[in-house]
Amino acid sequence: MAERTLVIACGALARELLAVIRRHGWQSIDVECLPASWHNTPSRIPEGVREKLRAARGRFARVFVAYGDCGTGGLLDAVLEEEGAERLPGAHCYEFFAGSEAFAALHDDEPGTFYLTDYLARHFETLVLKGLGIDRHPELEAIYFGNYRRLLYLSQAGDDALEAKARAAARRLGLAFEMRRTGYGALEPFLARAAAASPSLAARAVP
Amino acid sequence: MPEDDLDLSTLDDDELVQQMHEDLYDGLAEEVTEGVQLLLGRGWEPYKVLTEALVEGMRIVGIDFRDGILFVPEVLLAANAMKSGMVILRPLLAETGAPKQGSMVIGTVKGDIHDIGKNLVGMMLEGAGFDVFDIGINNDADSYLSALEEHRPDFLGMSALLTTTMPYMKVVIDTLKERGLRDDYMVLVGGAPLNEAFAQSVGADAYCRDAAVAVETAKAMVAERRQAHHAA
Repeated sequence: MAERTLVIACGALARELLAVIRRHGWQSIDVECLPASWHNTPSRIPEGVREKLRAARGRFARVFVAYGDCGTGGLLDAVLEEEGAERLPGAHCYEFFAGSEAFAALHDDEPGTFYLTDYLARHFETLVLKGLGIDRHPELEAIYFGNYRRLLYLSQAGDDALEAKARAAARRLGLAFEMRRTGYGALEPFLARAAAASPSLAARAVP
Repeated sequence: MPEDDLDLSTLDDDELVQQMHEDLYDGLAEEVTEGVQLLLGRGWEPYKVLTEALVEGMRIVGIDFRDGILFVPEVLLAANAMKSGMVILRPLLAETGAPKQGSMVIGTVKGDIHDIGKNLVGMMLEGAGFDVFDIGINNDADSYLSALEEHRPDFLGMSALLTTTMPYMKVVIDTLKERGLRDDYMVLVGGAPLNEAFAQSVGADAYCRDAAVAVETAKAMVAERRQAHHAA
């Protein structure tokens, strides 16, 4: 059905996107995800997104891309320009959750900051400890994390269990723990624009 | 020694070097250290041990990393193994006057503390015969410029992992231009989010996608400059 809007997203944002969509009743939006594990291999993102964008042609009225630059060094933007789609503002999820100015201030305050979002706190063991090979080779931990000083947990949902996981991650890495409650940051206005792209359906979906 | 462990001392030179390549590939630092000591004990020049056993071993690791067979953790383990061999060889190389290719000041840019790539490039350059002056992490333009003034290298190498910090490379290059120093150095840039187009846009001389490419690029640029110098 070509009246609906598609959001192509990093799998690390799936829960958050669906939470915002549900909260606002934006039933005109479909979400399709690419692997969150590409967080560790960003070179796969631009062409992966392009493939999804092309596969969506004719099936959706409009397509949005829920990625930041995400370490692609502008290559994702080049794909989006060629394919005619827009993405979330900012370099990565830390920035679009915290807000650009706030994130810049946090990074200036301590460049040696390791950031966790709800997703990364939930999957710390898999993505960080296993993904970086630290579980198999503990000697790599100092190589990866030797220059970090603090772990900053950017909390979206305000989930106590995730905060406990983030605190445990900081302890595991020997970093000072801090937390900021960001909510969903730029996801809300981004999805609002996506919902407005299919006005008749969006209006029908609002309770 | 457990029964199934290989006794490196029983291998002839060729077999030992081959085994060291495999041990480097597997990131076995102790075995690589032992291999280096055995070859030195057999009268090998430190430079020959470095190039034939360590650098060649890392070259194979670099190829498999580029081809997606090895990933970052495995490369780091291999680099760690090479580093253990370098600890033994470095002072000996200094004493024996190994051939020199050139020199580089290298560091990560302001706001960026990610030094894995920078360290790997530095070690591979050192293995290829470059003097490497590593100024560490989080360097502002003044820090780069004072290191350049102090060491007068052939190359400036800048590294960044973050999309948000890589634009600072342009600040450093623009500062070099403002002070009339840009043509005194060849500028190489690298880091995961960078690409050719970015390197051109900030005015660098070359983008190096990995440590092996950085070494090849630096060697080629030095050779080109020497050729131009002879032709002049």
